Amino acid sequence: MTAALDPNGLSEVEHASLSACPACVAAPSAERIAQLSRPDHARLMLSLPAAHCAACISTVETALAAVAGVQSSRVNLTLKRVSVDAEAAVTADQLIKVLAGVGYEAHELDAGLLSATETDRQGRDLLMRLGVAFFSMMNVMLLSVAVWSGAEGITRDLFHWISGAIAIPTVLFSGQPFFRSAWAGVKAGRLGMDFPISLALVLASCISIFETWKSGHHAYFDAAVMLCFFLLLGRYLDHRTRAVARSAAEELAALEVPRAVVLVEGAEITRPISEIAVGDLVRVRPGGRMPVDGVVVDGTSEVDRSLLTGESLPVFAGPETVVSAGEVNLTGPLTLRVTAAGKDSSLHRMADLVAVAESAKTRYTTLAERAANWYSPLVHLLSFSAFGFWMWKTGGDLRFAVNISAATLIITCPCALGLAVPAVVTSASGRLFRKGLLIKHGTALERLAEVDTVVFDKTGTLTMGTPEVTNLAEHPRAAVEVAAALAMASSHPLATALADAARAGGIHPARVEDLREVPGYGIEGLWRGQKVRLGRASWCQADEAAMTATYLCTGEGRPRAFTFTDRLRPGAEAAISALTAQGKSLRLISGDTEAAVAALARRLGFADWTSGALPAEKSALVRDLTLQGRRVLMVGDGLNDTAALAAAHVSISPASALDAARAASDIVLLGQDMAAIGDAARISRQTRRRIIENFGLSAAYNVIAVPLALVGAATPLAAALAMSLSSITVSLNSLRLK
Amino acid sequence: MEILTYLIPVSLLLGGIGLAAFVWALKTRQFDDPAGDASRILTKDWDDRPKP
Repeated sequence: MTAALDPNGLSEVEHASLSACPACVAAPSAERIAQLSRPDHARLMLSLPAAHCAACISTVETALAAVAGVQSSRVNLTLKRVSVDAEAAVTADQLIKVLAGVGYEAHELDAGLLSATETDRQGRDLLMRLGVAFFSMMNVMLLSVAVWSGAEGITRDLFHWISGAIAIPTVLFSGQPFFRSAWAGVKAGRLGMDFPISLALVLASCISIFETWKSGHHAYFDAAVMLCFFLLLGRYLDHRTRAVARSAAEELAALEVPRAVVLVEGAEITRPISEIAVGDLVRVRPGGRMPVDGVVVDGTSEVDRSLLTGESLPVFAGPETVVSAGEVNLTGPLTLRVTAAGKDSSLHRMADLVAVAESAKTRYTTLAERAANWYSPLVHLLSFSAFGFWMWKTGGDLRFAVNISAATLIITCPCALGLAVPAVVTSASGRLFRKGLLIKHGTALERLAEVDTVVFDKTGTLTMGTPEVTNLAEHPRAAVEVAAALAMASSHPLATALADAARAGGIHPARVEDLREVPGYGIEGLWRGQKVRLGRASWCQADEAAMTATYLCTGEGRPRAFTFTDRLRPGAEAAISALTAQGKSLRLISGDTEAAVAALARRLGFADWTSGALPAEKSALVRDLTLQGRRVLMVGDGLNDTAALAAAHVSISPASALDAARAASDIVLLGQDMAAIGDAARISRQTRRRIIENFGLSAAYNVIAVPLALVGAATPLAAALAMSLSSITVSLNSLRLK
Repeated sequence: MEILTYLIPVSLLLGGIGLAAFVWALKTRQFDDPAGDASRILTKDWDDRPKP
């Protein structure tokens, strides 16, 4: 990943070797010039959600190295990606197949969309400041120990001067993020956490220089750099959690590389969606997703609308059928005349709704913000009243009063508070990331902890959208043999499922000749000189059943219906029983038929379900529940769920969901297994508890230390002890998360 | 206490070397994939011969 964004365009392997020889970096090597001049060079980026171990790295890299044309590949396990240097002839699809062959699910990423460079640079910048603060803290601490253990006179002054020489540049360099954000806050007319932090840093540094110059007893250089270090640590953890989430979210946006095959004067040309105009002819292959809204002008097929409407039954599509972006073409190639593309297509009409919901979510006040709102004025008030009191008490001893005021600021400074939230959130989101859940939104965990009602979508969420035959045993063996023979000739999902089931049942397909797929209808062939068909009800003159089914007609007797049910998503049962055990009320709402929804609801133990729901009804249900004072978690994947996902208090969608749905949800399920949702709910509540505990812990330290500071008994040693002890306790408490 | 005139510069120098090493590691992007690097050291792929 990073190699891809390396401004020098060097691969990481070369990087390591070059950095060992600095002169080589200055003079471009022959190798690099050759690489640049090579026109057929391409870099592909794939996401590997399942990569997790040392063996994964070598399996993936070995498998890719074996592909002809691949020059090098490198797995980044932290970001779960692999970047591949290859000749232009190598396509991502080819690599995805190779990786699927060795057992890794991979998705193509659009390297252009991944703008991780910026966050990368910020992260390195913060880490650099953190490193400098750590170096100074250690050195100043060593010098301070000598002062605390009783260095006197000139030695103490010398030590103070050296500490100052280290600490002042450090505060100026490492404190910049705080100064900048405090200044931005002041300009916007609000005092955040960063203002008292900056004030404490500046005041501590100034009073220490003054004291050192006057050969005073106490200097707070150690406190200033320690503050810098602990607060930067919190800031860095926070940044890293966000950066991982952001890069993974961008990755998901880049997953569906939007291209379409356009017919220009009979020739097929692949173009990005943005270049497609209304009126163009677009060809959609079987298995492909409609890139645009349009009307079919040529070809017949069946389309799967489940992502848009929740219907699990494929719909016939022939000339004049109106199709929308996001539907999946199943059997035959279709040519569409574009009626709306890109931003105007039905897929993008949800964007406004999502934007509204996003702004509602940013209005949520986090625990940290609530604590800061309450804390920040208190700190200033304490410090200034201490200053005023001692000015009055000592009859205008400015030096003493400023000393007390600085000590109060340092002690109350939210060192532990700055760590309290980032440490817990980092620990929790790392844990959830390993379980396959990506926290996209910073406040999502806190909101998830408040949830008491969970609303599920059916198709694509609780079910995988892949059918399973239910009544194979009800048919005579001969019929199944014919059906299997016909089914094997097609790649239609129902046919594939039927063929798989027959193969698993040990059934040998009958000899059927002249097999022919009629796109949009089914497959026909000759069996013992008789015409046999497997396909839609109307094509077989059969009565349509209420469930998803395909029909076999052999010419003898009535047509036989093979019925299908959607396969459950792995872990769905586990997730539901975990959520029920946690006392949450569950509901199922789907756009599918009553029969299909009721069957699934009974199978999973939902007491409450709604079928045939329109998108507006879904979001209305969520809004009603919210008005009743419930906090709703919505789990859904389709376009029909988008509004509901956006309206819910917090939302989860699987990685297979549409762009719009993923954009609207706060948490994304990266793998296929759904059991992680139960864990997420549990971990989120733990997270919330730990955050509150951490606030309590740092408050307890303050309760002990602040009175000392106010009466002037807080020495730099006491400040250093209080600060480091509270920060360490808070960090350890965060790690207790299970 | 004259020893301090040697000891303090020496300790600062040592600390400085550590800081320089950290800055170097940061500049050469060694913190980009901590999880991967931790795992890579365990693989046996190129134990018998160097990677071509």
